[in-house]
Amino acid sequence: MTGAWPASTVAATSLLQVVLVVVGGPLLVGLMRKVRCRLEGRVGPPIRQPLLDLRKLARRERIRPDQASWVFSLAPLVLVGTTLVVVAIAPLLTTDPAFGSYADLFAVVYLLLLGSVALALGALDSGTAFGGMGASRAMTIGAIAEPALLLAILALSIPAHSSDLPAIVTGSLAHPIWLATPQRLLALVAFVIVIVAESGRLPVDNPSTHLELTMIHEAMILEFAGSDLALVKLGESMRLTVMVALLADLFVPWGIATAPGPAQVAIGLVSIIGKVAVLGVVLAAFEVAVAKLRLFRVPELMAGAFVLAVLAVVSSLVTP
Amino acid sequence: MSGSSFSSSLTLGVGAVLVCAVAVLWLSAIRSVIRAISLQGVALGAVAVLLGVHLHDPALIATAAVVIAVKGVAIPMLLRHVTGGQPLARETRPLVNVPASLVVSAALIFLAFARTRGIARFVGTTAGTLVPVGFATLLVGFFVLVARRRPIFQMIGLLLVDNGIALVAFLVTAGVPFLIELGVSLDVLLGVVVLGVLAVRLRTDFGDLDLDALQELHD
Repeated sequence: MTGAWPASTVAATSLLQVVLVVVGGPLLVGLMRKVRCRLEGRVGPPIRQPLLDLRKLARRERIRPDQASWVFSLAPLVLVGTTLVVVAIAPLLTTDPAFGSYADLFAVVYLLLLGSVALALGALDSGTAFGGMGASRAMTIGAIAEPALLLAILALSIPAHSSDLPAIVTGSLAHPIWLATPQRLLALVAFVIVIVAESGRLPVDNPSTHLELTMIHEAMILEFAGSDLALVKLGESMRLTVMVALLADLFVPWGIATAPGPAQVAIGLVSIIGKVAVLGVVLAAFEVAVAKLRLFRVPELMAGAFVLAVLAVVSSLVTP
Repeated sequence: MSGSSFSSSLTLGVGAVLVCAVAVLWLSAIRSVIRAISLQGVALGAVAVLLGVHLHDPALIATAAVVIAVKGVAIPMLLRHVTGGQPLARETRPLVNVPASLVVSAALIFLAFARTRGIARFVGTTAGTLVPVGFATLLVGFFVLVARRRPIFQMIGLLLVDNGIALVAFLVTAGVPFLIELGVSLDVLLGVVVLGVLAVRLRTDFGDLDLDALQELHD
């Protein structure tokens, strides 16, 4: 299939994916914030506010703790770098991105995991109590969330007979009947819970508070300042966007470009922006409706996602 | 009904039974657990209706009606009545905590699928391939019996075991005879009534439903 695409087109669409997620990530965060504010009866900041924040932070002086080693300074770069690699190889706009043959589900999940581990190590390295607390909480949740994500995508890969994400997307485009099966539904629920947990949103973590008793993600990034903080925020919004986009393309693949050509890519671009925006609005509306879970009950939620993913895998193994 | 839509809706119904069983372990609020068990009864009845329509067997559809009436409506109502005084009650001190019991239930499901593949292959029909789900429900039911303290969960574990057995019966032999299913359902109903009376006595005597209070003999 790779042969059908000219190399320059493939490289161009991959570059387009990267640009789209780097710019679109903060915009998605802004959109979700705006929807939340509107539903709560407030006006809210403009949608492009996160982009403006990033610009402001990038200009500020970078202050690092005295005791911190190279691990601390490397953490934001690893977070953004691994996410960029995922964005470049994942099938977001087209079913044949550059290096698409490397977009194996294990590679993608572990690249995402590498980013969150780097951030947790950076938080531990800062030497403050909050950093360590946030890191240990994030790892407690991540230890169950990552296997659940892996199993949820694995359940989708079984009918496609391939663990390559582009092959899974192409397969479900060719067999729409796969999309209505119970295992898809179970995998979808597990996937959504993992996205909510991994991106540190309600009901797992509240991104808009700095209350020390409950915070997870905000506790980890307390010691980052200036351009480091800008990188961390950019990386986090890109992670959210790439996971939501993967959710959209794995479960509702229609619209993604399957053949080369500007028209196909343009349709893919419009459809992915539309799908991600709709999912973002839905997630934000859900956030308004739920209360934050007690920290000690979060592992229950994650274990539930894990079992649903296991059920999805088992049922796709037994059903023909 | 065409073959593929029959098998996919059957899979959906059978899957719903297992998901409800897992939900019993996942949820701790007793009210939601009762809702899950009621849904499971309805899903079990739906499976029987599907099989009855597929096999043109009116007796099986009548059995399904009994299943839905007893397991989907009557027993949940009784359970709600037993816990009437404490609508917000939840399992606060399970013997095995929720994340661990969910992981155990995943292992039990794998065990059921690994050990009962032979039966599935022996039966050979579309329904036969789903037999392991019935065994998985049964094992999860046994686990609820050992892992939860409150008497209400003892009843619910018993119900899960019974639903698992009924599911296997429906899938393997297209349902036991109507009379037997009627007898079994009424037996379970009677069991729940007896346990319910016991629970009410327990609460009036001890002010609590903790079985650990019964470990010593008193005059």
